[in-house]
Amino acid sequence: MTTPGNALDIAGLRITLPGTARPVVDGVDLAVARGETVALVGESGSGKSLTSRTALGLLPPGAGTAGEVRVDGRDVLAMTPAELRTVRAGTAAMVFQDPRAAVNPLRRIGDFLTEGAVLTGALTRADAAARAGRLLRAVGLDESVMRRYPAQVSGGMLQRIVIAAALMGDPVLLLADEPTTALDVTSQAEVIALLAGLRRDFGTGLLFVTHDLDLAAAISDRVYVMYAGRIVETGPAQALFAAPRHPYTAALLASTPRMDGPRGRLAAIDGQPPDLRKPLPGCGFAARCPLATEVCDRQAPAPAAAPGGPDHTAACHHSDRLEGSPADAR
Amino acid sequence: MPASTADSTSSALLEVRGLRRDFGGVRAVDDVSFVLPGGGSLGIVGESGSGKTTTARIVAGLEQADGGEVLVRGRTRTGPARGRAARLARAREVQMVFQDPFLSLDPRTGVAAALRETLALHFPGRDHTARVRELLDQVGLGSRAADARPRQLSGGQRQRVAIARALAVEPAVLVLDEAVAALDVSVQAQILNLLADIREQTGIGYLFITHDLGVVRCVTDEVVVMRHGAVVERGATEEVLAAPRHPYTRLLLESVPRPGWDPEAIAAARRAL
Amino acid sequence: MTAVLTRRPGLARIRTAGSPLHHLCLAVVVLVTLAAVAAPWLVPHDPNAVDLGSALAAPSAGHPLGVDAAGRDTLSRLLLGARTSLLGPLGVVVFSTVAGVAIGTAAAWRGGRLDTLLSRSTELVFAFPGMLLAILIISVYGEGLLAPVLALAVAYLPYVSRLTRSLVLAERERPYVSAYRVQGHSALQICLRHVLPNIAPVVLAQSTINFGYALMDLAGLSFLGLGVPALTPDWGRMVFDGQTAIQHGYPLSAVLSCAAIVLTVVAFNVVGERWADRVARRDR
Repeated sequence: MTTPGNALDIAGLRITLPGTARPVVDGVDLAVARGETVALVGESGSGKSLTSRTALGLLPPGAGTAGEVRVDGRDVLAMTPAELRTVRAGTAAMVFQDPRAAVNPLRRIGDFLTEGAVLTGALTRADAAARAGRLLRAVGLDESVMRRYPAQVSGGMLQRIVIAAALMGDPVLLLADEPTTALDVTSQAEVIALLAGLRRDFGTGLLFVTHDLDLAAAISDRVYVMYAGRIVETGPAQALFAAPRHPYTAALLASTPRMDGPRGRLAAIDGQPPDLRKPLPGCGFAARCPLATEVCDRQAPAPAAAPGGPDHTAACHHSDRLEGSPADAR
Repeated sequence: MPASTADSTSSALLEVRGLRRDFGGVRAVDDVSFVLPGGGSLGIVGESGSGKTTTARIVAGLEQADGGEVLVRGRTRTGPARGRAARLARAREVQMVFQDPFLSLDPRTGVAAALRETLALHFPGRDHTARVRELLDQVGLGSRAADARPRQLSGGQRQRVAIARALAVEPAVLVLDEAVAALDVSVQAQILNLLADIREQTGIGYLFITHDLGVVRCVTDEVVVMRHGAVVERGATEEVLAAPRHPYTRLLLESVPRPGWDPEAIAAARRAL
Repeated sequence: MTAVLTRRPGLARIRTAGSPLHHLCLAVVVLVTLAAVAAPWLVPHDPNAVDLGSALAAPSAGHPLGVDAAGRDTLSRLLLGARTSLLGPLGVVVFSTVAGVAIGTAAAWRGGRLDTLLSRSTELVFAFPGMLLAILIISVYGEGLLAPVLALAVAYLPYVSRLTRSLVLAERERPYVSAYRVQGHSALQICLRHVLPNIAPVVLAQSTINFGYALMDLAGLSFLGLGVPALTPDWGRMVFDGQTAIQHGYPLSAVLSCAAIVLTVVAFNVVGERWADRVARRDR
């Protein structure tokens, strides 16, 4: 089911960790085309970060994997360490949540930008400096920041520098793991605007990992919603937002405090995500789901397309009983 | 908005007057004043560096102001507390819940032990078993959580413990410093609902420090917008959010992601401001 | 964590690569401690009973490890020597830990001028060689275990107080300490009940490492004839007493006490290092 030419193609990915009774990532299919922005939404422990990191071959110690993770057509899971290094140096790059933690505070920003390209021998020092300067201008900064230290710039600026550094190897795929969570709302808008512009100019595929459904819907072409290691719903951002087909997506939308809709009590989701130490034969959301019936505990639902929307799928036995957006129903 | 300062002195639970704090030449808090009426909920909104957290820490007594006054029920709490009685009296005026529930509990102290410790300090010579159960009940934690160490609890459960510990003191004002920012969306909704219930039951006043306008809209009656240490706008939450007067408040509002959102326009507006 | 345990370069290189070495060293530590505790009931002979007739005798049924030049049973002296040799460093470690933790905590918690005063004065001690300080104090106060123990305790204090200071500085920035302050707990209560128990494993790991070094320093002092009274059995003293016997071809009493010192120091170091490593890993 993998399409040639996609920046990222994940098929049937399953990750098991020692000491758990069920896979932490369980049969995930996900694709990011070149120049496309895809959001992967989930709460902590849903396996979203684990899934995105697999694209760089970053797995926790002791992890067992099954399935395929193709970056630019080549399976990362089958690569030698040397091949993985070339993927990490060029084909795919990652932007982490906390820019301060991603940068060595004792080195100048210019060194941080150029060292990767210089050390792998991809560019000479002068070429690397020239490219870093061009990228800094592309992310809306002045070349003079190269002489500064990380402590001398703001968090928003630093995140733009980290993004520029990620682009040094001219990647096909950019993985952004909660890149704006540590930033202020106004700097968040700036970083998002920047990522959108870069996608346009460089044609990079962007996988945007976030816990914020509103943010995901605002910036991405397609959204994947993950819960308890599985993709529960996927589809075009607008459709998924307006008419969610999975009760979890609906509940998540309803429990977000937002600027429109009524004030006062929120429609919180009772309970907690399922325990990793127990096997999960049925639907992961069954214990917290208002629509759950006996079949949900017994049998894991397969993804099914929405009527009239072939690219909008949800893994729920009772999709048809969900009507309209819960944000309207509230 | 001027309503809240005019009729303040009589009904004010918490009153902050002309608060000022400098950090090595930088004015972190610059002439900040606001009033929290009894049983009210006041939000302080701003970005990092706006001085909102420093204001909260001064109100809680964790930092000293260089100028201005903090009053609870008309009694000043400016200057360091002298002696045990003064310290305990101040603790009963203001309690605080911190952003990161993973760090705000001693990793070595169990849930019930943490509550008992606080109760023994403030209400010595009583049996606290029933009160501990009542507090855990109030924040929606079962007796199973009572024996747990913080490490064994989820983020939401830990924040419930932190709230229970603050309530154990029976404070007049609860300062919530980004208390739901580190939680998952579904858990955040649970905690916000819990906080609304507690306010309804106890008549406690909330000072809600946050950067999230959705949260402000959900849990506060009045709001103060801070920028670069100073208050730029204040008023009833609904009015401020519906018709912001200061360009910075407008920028904050526009920055909240929603469908059809234009980040580039916001970025441009931010640079212009 | 910014705090780093102080290890001397030489011994720090004996890393605990495999766990068999660690188990072996743990066994040595337990055995030596047990021997020291039970020594009065274990010794076959009075350690100071002089039997000049069998001086420098080879091991026999009556004297399993032979007899030294003065005709004293080597095994008995080794066993009882373990008491003095362990008691001394124990005193050093206890005193330096208690005082070092108190000074480091006060300096970090109060900050300001007190911090400057305490930090500078402990650094002054740091700059002064511990052995020299000990010799100086012994030469003033004369014979006895107390003077060298106190002197070394003062010399070791900066290691503990510096570590404690940096740990407490990091710990007091944690929100849970702020939470207790808002709750109305006094600084002393917060330090004793919450901060110290949380930093204790790291400090104790440092103290265990210090124990080995203190043992070596004290043995060195008594080898020089300083500190331990002449008749008290002590490993360092035994090495000194036995060195003339080596020239006569009876090396046993000197070599055995040397081996006891080296084994114990290495064992305590390995156990301490391992502990320190585990504590460091848990923090991450």
